Amino acid sequence: MTAPTGAAISIAGCGKTYPDGTRALSPVDLEVKAGETLVLLGPSGCGKTTLLRLIAGLETPDAGGRIAFDGADVTALPIEKRNVGMVFQSYALFPNMSVIDNVAYGLRVRGVATAARRAQAASVLTMMRIEALAERRIDQLSGGQRQRVALARALAVRPRVLLLDEPLTALDAALREHLRSEIDALLRRLAITAVYVTHDQAEALALGDRIVVMKNGAIAQVGTPREVYFRPADDYVAGFVGITNRLEGIVRNGRFETAAGILPVAAPDRAKAHLLFRPEAVRLVSPAEATLVFQVAQVEFQGPRQRVTLNAGDGARIIAEAPADLDLAAGAAIGLALDANRYTLA
Amino acid sequence: MKTHRLTFAFQLFVTLLAAAFLMVPAGASILAGFTANYFRGVSSGLTLDWVKQVLALYSDTIWLSIGIALGTLAATLVLAVPAAWALVRRPSRLARIVEEVVTLPVAVPGLALALALILAYGAIREFRMSPAFILTGHVLYTLPFMLRAVMAVLAAVDIRSLEEGAASLGASPLQRFFHVVLPNAKGGILAGALMVVTLSIGEFNLTWMLHTPLTKTLPVGLADSYASMRLEIASAYTLVFFVMIVPLLLALQLFGRTTGSAR
Repeated sequence: MTAPTGAAISIAGCGKTYPDGTRALSPVDLEVKAGETLVLLGPSGCGKTTLLRLIAGLETPDAGGRIAFDGADVTALPIEKRNVGMVFQSYALFPNMSVIDNVAYGLRVRGVATAARRAQAASVLTMMRIEALAERRIDQLSGGQRQRVALARALAVRPRVLLLDEPLTALDAALREHLRSEIDALLRRLAITAVYVTHDQAEALALGDRIVVMKNGAIAQVGTPREVYFRPADDYVAGFVGITNRLEGIVRNGRFETAAGILPVAAPDRAKAHLLFRPEAVRLVSPAEATLVFQVAQVEFQGPRQRVTLNAGDGARIIAEAPADLDLAAGAAIGLALDANRYTLA
Repeated sequence: MKTHRLTFAFQLFVTLLAAAFLMVPAGASILAGFTANYFRGVSSGLTLDWVKQVLALYSDTIWLSIGIALGTLAATLVLAVPAAWALVRRPSRLARIVEEVVTLPVAVPGLALALALILAYGAIREFRMSPAFILTGHVLYTLPFMLRAVMAVLAAVDIRSLEEGAASLGASPLQRFFHVVLPNAKGGILAGALMVVTLSIGEFNLTWMLHTPLTKTLPVGLADSYASMRLEIASAYTLVFFVMIVPLLLALQLFGRTTGSAR
């Protein structure tokens, strides 16, 4: 099987209001580059699945919305004319067909002859390392096997775009991690354009070339996993993607002033500001070398590292990760260094 | 263990008693159909004459019943299967209302339904005189059973997701219907068919109002024979009815079971 060439997706002003008046998605603009894996991340009800279904053609956007694949307008096309591959949370495998017939179904409706389509489907099964399951019935498969069959079925038609709607949510944690890395390797090998919906931040960080964090039917932030992780756009994104520290203060004369000290920042003056950063984004240094100084409240030794709870002067507490060999004692003063690309000032 | 055995014996006794209560009259009736003279009892000798007479007198009602049952089945399949598909894939308020309206004939007495049909279409002479008039009543009456059975199975297999899956692979709505919807609705269609054929063959209320002397179905013929014929003929007629409907029921049951386990 040759690698399918992915299409670039261009979404302009696409919103979705359901007939009963609920607005699932405010008009959004989004570009997905050819061959990239874009993850839509957010809690349930944030509009991520609606956006995916708009791209798929399972829903039509409100008037004014436009979706294009490689520049060609597909807004009016139903899903069956868009040449997309889709993996559903429920897998949506056909119980009336064997595994290989499921995988060959897209070729069947395209009029490929029986022998040819079975051969083609068999090669996709081999690629997914599930050729042994070819003649099984769907109800004889485990969850992980079903997920692989669903992926094989979506890839067999060599889609321009692969759409995945929480494909791992129904699986247990260990299997989820295993399949996650498998999907990651596959998407990279095929260089297919993929849009992946999940509510799991670990999945999003591991799989995405870029992540779109969504909130209440709108986009909260678009960025690489590192950008979203280390420089979240706001409290919401920070809170959704792991543990975040937050320091209150003001910005004056290019300095962020807070109870623990100051930090030079490149930002205009602001009467109310807060600094967001990750526990592992900081370096603990001697108080003499630092402009931010905290008091050690608690040290938790975890083997490879230690987790340190620090008190700022105003009662705020932050969490920092420190190397295992750093000598820390509760009550001692400690300095904190923070690189400019590892925090967000909001 | 001992109490368990006692309970079992008691349950068996009650079950056998109930079965006997139902089976003895049926058995007596079957026997009457073979008895030369019922009032003199079996000692008068066994005969197939009554059955022969029934076939000579009433074979047209038997064929008409079979014809109407098959016609009703065909009509309900054509109407209910696509309707169930449409109602399940777009669950809206309108869909709920349609479902309720279609289900109404189950709650309305057959006689009232028949009267309504006669009032509405009785003036169309050709229609009133043809078996299609009875067929229409049977379709109205049995449609909800087929509709419900198919809808239940389509909802259980999550047909919307399956259809979206098929659509994502490029299948047109028609291909989706024949490749995905129909095969996965098979269990419900068979269950519905069982109900429809059984109800149609045994239907009396409606049919009694709708029939003409030239369009008598088996149950109407039965009532006729009970009222005007010798008891032996009526019994032999009942026997013919049993012979017709029991294998049909068994076949459909068996068919339903094999496809049920295949899913």
